Amino acid sequence: MKLPDLAELALRNLRESVLRNSLTTIGISVGVASLVAMLSLGIGLQQLASRRLMKSGLFDTVVVTSRRDLRNFGRDDERTAPLPGESRILDEPTRIEIEHLPNVMEAYPDIRFITELRYEDKPHLTMVAALPSSAKSNDAFEAVQGQFFSSDIAPEVVIQKTFAEELLGKTPKTGLDETNVAVVAAPLLGKELTMRYAQREAAPSTAGNAGASSDQGAAGAAYSVVSRELKLQIVGVADLDPESMRGPTRARVFLPLKLAESLHVMQPTDLREISRAAAGSQPVYSSVSVRVKNPAEIRAIEDAIKKMGFNTFSILDATRSLQQFFAVLDVFLGIFGSLALAVASIGIVNTLVMAILERRREIGIMKAIGASDGDVKRLFFAEAGAMGILGGILGVILGWAIGQVINLGTNIYLKRQSLPPEHFWAVPWWLVAFALVFAFGVSLVSGLYPAGRAARLDPVQALRYE
Amino acid sequence: MSVSDKSQTNGAPAIRAEQLFRHYKMGETVIRAVDGVSLEVFSGEFVALLGSSGSGKSSVLNLIAGLDRPTSGSVVVNDRDLAQLSREELARYRLHTVGMVFQSFNLIASMTLAENVELPMRFAEIERGKRDSLAREALTRVGLQSRMSHRPSELSGGEQQRAALARALINRPQLLLADEPTGNLDSHTGTEIMDMVREFNEKLGMTVVMVTHERALAERYAQRLIFLADGKLVSDETNANAVGAERGRL
Repeated sequence: MKLPDLAELALRNLRESVLRNSLTTIGISVGVASLVAMLSLGIGLQQLASRRLMKSGLFDTVVVTSRRDLRNFGRDDERTAPLPGESRILDEPTRIEIEHLPNVMEAYPDIRFITELRYEDKPHLTMVAALPSSAKSNDAFEAVQGQFFSSDIAPEVVIQKTFAEELLGKTPKTGLDETNVAVVAAPLLGKELTMRYAQREAAPSTAGNAGASSDQGAAGAAYSVVSRELKLQIVGVADLDPESMRGPTRARVFLPLKLAESLHVMQPTDLREISRAAAGSQPVYSSVSVRVKNPAEIRAIEDAIKKMGFNTFSILDATRSLQQFFAVLDVFLGIFGSLALAVASIGIVNTLVMAILERRREIGIMKAIGASDGDVKRLFFAEAGAMGILGGILGVILGWAIGQVINLGTNIYLKRQSLPPEHFWAVPWWLVAFALVFAFGVSLVSGLYPAGRAARLDPVQALRYE
Repeated sequence: MSVSDKSQTNGAPAIRAEQLFRHYKMGETVIRAVDGVSLEVFSGEFVALLGSSGSGKSSVLNLIAGLDRPTSGSVVVNDRDLAQLSREELARYRLHTVGMVFQSFNLIASMTLAENVELPMRFAEIERGKRDSLAREALTRVGLQSRMSHRPSELSGGEQQRAALARALINRPQLLLADEPTGNLDSHTGTEIMDMVREFNEKLGMTVVMVTHERALAERYAQRLIFLADGKLVSDETNANAVGAERGRL
């Protein structure tokens, strides 16, 4: 029998017992909806975590340090690297060289220093870090109160909420901090902070008269250290900590990068380079952050930078663990989701066995007028498959609708908690296709026994059946 | 006339059953439904299998139809031994070589008459367009052109049997096997149906084997009467009274 005829007869037979077949199909759709709901939750959470990591700026960032520093990351490949004294310097030409590597979006120096900031004549000591304009897309600044820097050289700062609380004389709460960032930002936005910092000034000659220059046998590097003050306007207060993964070295006050570079703030590397007599006219950096265009390229870029003679670090390994975790989570969610479909498949077997009993004589007639065992078997398979496909389509729609409702409900809750909305429910096309194919497959497997039984019916016995 | 006499006058038989046995087990008891039957039916013949209930006539018909397999012996139709055919080959044999009519009509209740008649053509994978015209033509031939979209339950017994005849003939089989075709019909309608069967036998040259327990009916239409009792063939005689019986003696 040809496929269109098979499909037509199968649908006709399904219509004949519309209530029973509809209930079976609904059973399948509930099973598929459960599977889709579980897997789309897993996929959505994975995508949410990936988005968060991407926006953190660490997922697509490689931190480059010179091997002149102490062997800081303790990796095996660093143990075989050249001795620190023989390693390359991480200076401006090197930064430009790294920036020109394929798939590198930008490479910027990591300028950070502990300094004093005065607000209403009260001193506050904290870590200050410079940020490039691209950091605006960092999720920590997504819900910033106020705004990000107006330009890369503007004398402006964005401060972290805990520092804002400190400026206002509020004691940060221990445990979960639920203070609304808008409350602390309101009195601070537009106000001025005075930053006192140590500026490095190049000495006019090796026979200088001040600062860190040496008197005799000077090897070339010399500069003065001058105390400076700069007035900075508070333009934004960030709720989240953009450097949460930096641990104790994380900053609470952020400056535009170009402005920070122009200040020539004394860096820890300056003294070391003087002692090594290796400093030229170009600034030397303790580390450079390299942002890549595509996180998939991070390993290749790390390798390229290592070949240049530098140490690198990224959280690629951490993300691999995350992917592994979500893969296991998806498997478990899929298994739980499939349980309902397994129960539904028993419904298909039951429905088709009932159909054989009811249509015993009809099967006998079909065989008497020329239907082969294969025709009868395929007809029952087609009926099982049709229920599977219909149930699959309904199930995908139902699963998607459940996801939308839960997503909506959760976002209403997040809004009430003054948190930004999130999309943690994803039904990708491949999941839709997988659910339909899976429902169809399960239905066909469920139809195996009834179809085989119908095909084996003895036509003489079947024709006698009343 | 004996079997051997007939074979001498009419060439190779269309159906030849040799030492046919069909035994069923019912618990410890063995029922000998067919017990050593040998017979021959020649192409274009109209043969009636007669006997009382349980004589084995329907069992012999089922064996000729390929619906059942003999316990031993052989049924050779058009030089093919049905006992040697696979299940798929038997299905193809039923589809293309045999048309069957039953006492209880056996139309599929959920289908219209046109769909019932079309069904064997679906199994034969005939194109839809051709199927429609052939089904219409077949139903017109049995006078049911105005009932094509009716379901069997909406028709009289005679109309249902006419539709069953149309379905049996739709794939142009060589054998028409009828199991008590008038059993559920009044005598007038039964005559109508039998006239049609005889017409197909005569005009299309179709070989007809009919099971009946009505001797009068058999004598009126069949050219040969084969009597069975307790699964055994008890007599095989030519019916000189049958309308058109002379054709069988040609």
